Amino acid sequence: MSAENLESMVNRRYAHGFITDIATESLPPGLNEDIVRAISLRKNEPEFMLEWRLQAYRQWLEMKEPTWAHVHYPPIRFNEISYYAAPKSDKDRPKSLDEVDPKLLETYEKLGIPLHERARLAGVAVDAVFDSVSVATTFKGKLADAGVIFCSFSEAVREHPELVRKYLGSVVPRRDNFYAALNSAVFSDGSFVYIPKGVRCPMELSTYFRINAANTGQFERTLIIADEGSHVSYLEGCTAPMRDENQLHAAVVELVALEGAEIKYSTVQNWYPGDENGVGGIYNFVTKRGDCRGANSKISWTQVETGSAITWKYPSCLLRGENSVGEFYSVAVANNRQQADTGTKMIHIGANTRSTIVSKGISAGKAQNAYRGLVKVMPQAHGARNHTQCDSLLIGKDCGAHTFPYMEIKNPSAKIEHEATTSKISADQLFYCRQRGIAEEDAVNMIVNGFCKEVFKQLPMEFAVEAQALLNVSLEGAVG
Amino acid sequence: MLEINNLTARIGDAEILRGLSLSVKAGEVHAIMGPNGSGKSTLAQVIAGHQDYVVTGGTATFNGKNLLDLEPEERAREGVFLGFQYPVEIPGVNNAYLLKAAVNARRQHQGLGEIDAFEFLKLAREKMAMLGMDTKFLNRGVNEGFSGGEKKRNEILQMAMLEPKLAILDETDSGLDIDALKAVAEGVNSLRKPDRAIVLVTHYQRLLDYISPDFVHVLSEGRIIRSGDRTLALELEEKGYDWLREAANG
Repeated sequence: MSAENLESMVNRRYAHGFITDIATESLPPGLNEDIVRAISLRKNEPEFMLEWRLQAYRQWLEMKEPTWAHVHYPPIRFNEISYYAAPKSDKDRPKSLDEVDPKLLETYEKLGIPLHERARLAGVAVDAVFDSVSVATTFKGKLADAGVIFCSFSEAVREHPELVRKYLGSVVPRRDNFYAALNSAVFSDGSFVYIPKGVRCPMELSTYFRINAANTGQFERTLIIADEGSHVSYLEGCTAPMRDENQLHAAVVELVALEGAEIKYSTVQNWYPGDENGVGGIYNFVTKRGDCRGANSKISWTQVETGSAITWKYPSCLLRGENSVGEFYSVAVANNRQQADTGTKMIHIGANTRSTIVSKGISAGKAQNAYRGLVKVMPQAHGARNHTQCDSLLIGKDCGAHTFPYMEIKNPSAKIEHEATTSKISADQLFYCRQRGIAEEDAVNMIVNGFCKEVFKQLPMEFAVEAQALLNVSLEGAVG
Repeated sequence: MLEINNLTARIGDAEILRGLSLSVKAGEVHAIMGPNGSGKSTLAQVIAGHQDYVVTGGTATFNGKNLLDLEPEERAREGVFLGFQYPVEIPGVNNAYLLKAAVNARRQHQGLGEIDAFEFLKLAREKMAMLGMDTKFLNRGVNEGFSGGEKKRNEILQMAMLEPKLAILDETDSGLDIDALKAVAEGVNSLRKPDRAIVLVTHYQRLLDYISPDFVHVLSEGRIIRSGDRTLALELEEKGYDWLREAANG
């Protein structure tokens, strides 16, 4: 089944489901308790959810915007933002690809995105043709047979309130940080996943296939629970460039791995980075945290970050269960005037917990790329181990790479290793490749991909190929 | 094939080539000799199009095309190959991957289809056997952790795979022990063909014991001060460069 059919199915859901009720105009800009109530009401939420949002809002009011990150931007006027936007109606969307920005289409071309998918990605209104033997239907069937719950967050709030109530905010508390509190008050939608005990999720879960994938809005909320002995691989994002009228994005992702469970979370982030001068790019302030709550559990984050004007993101692991394992593999690219401050936190609480951090930062143009990582070993975490490898690659003379590793070790039996390198793509390397007939840009891509290999091999196969193509596009014009 | 006329070139403020002329025809092997700092390596880099060298005068054509108008990769695709004196390491980039990309860039330029992985490996194995190289080199990073001899052999492997019309080998003998030197020289000899020209840039005549040139040129202060056949190299070995310089200046 084609992506169009899938999209139209999604649209039909919107058309006939609960969302019809809320497909009205956006709320006025600004934030107060009435706005929070209005969001909750429009989403038809139970009382507990509204209460939760209101408490988050009150906590947010007392908090201050963080300023410690190595990024610079004009102050955000939180009272000029609209916190709820109705999904776009078909009449507001482009009617065909002819109405879509040619530059965007050119990028799709370079990424090798099939024609029929380009329309969907560019938000072109697609006629509803429902295919009853579709991939998505088969997909839903298979998941249901396995007992896996995979739905939009809104749906989960209504259909599985007991699970949401039990786990929401249990990894990222409402008042964890300024943006997490804001998200908790006004989150629009997102994904919910529950894998029952002992179940190995029969397929990779991708937001791409999620019902209600369209219009999750700027405050996305994701909650994934892997019950005892279960296993799931989740793919977030899309390699195609995502544009949005909302400049501020503050998502929260919570992962819970119970005893013996494993969650693999892969992200490809390609939000609009702004033009060469960084104008119009998205600010991406994300809180992602996984809780290895049970013994022998494992959470693995893999991310490829190429988009956004500003990225502020630290997927972290709380290693609470004995022998639990946390992993973080990251490629962060910053070109032109992009600013990235990204890294991870590994908090070792349980005995014999292990963590691995591999971070590859690439800076080009006038971009600034910072790695910020914390490895913390609590007094009771006997035999904890961490290995951190943090490599930076510079392209050109005007960019910067910064490394801020923090370590707090409170148990003398811990073994902590940190390796860091900074290298440049040298003129000699480029000349060597060019002398062999390879164009300069291809040579840069080759060298960059070589640099990122360790991380790419953690991605699911298809994602890895796309990520590689994406990197090439992101660094276009980085030399010469 | 290669016609250089009265070429002048500088790097930074230093004028290195000062009116150099050279004519190389298909099938010929030329040796460019000369003391350190005479401009031998500069000549090689200028022909390949290194951006640090600025051509300030004169002409250079390759099969009738103005070489100086072409980007380095275009020169390479036209069939100009430079075997580097110090091949650079490119960590993480697979040797086979670079080689295949290079072969395909050249093939595309010639209007041939891309070589597939199977064909490529077969060809690479053949050439490696000829050069006495272990095929495990294919899976290592480009020149990453290679010994001096391995790097030079890798250059010759690239030459063998790319089948250039003109190969300039810059100090290919430097840093090689006698066995490695023999292996490299055998490789080069096996690549001598009537439609291919080879220019050896070398400080010592040692290499010429194994690769016999048709012409020997002596470079001093940026121009050729003497040309001759292979006996000139032997004469240099015996007398050094000074007598020639004196003769040229006197």
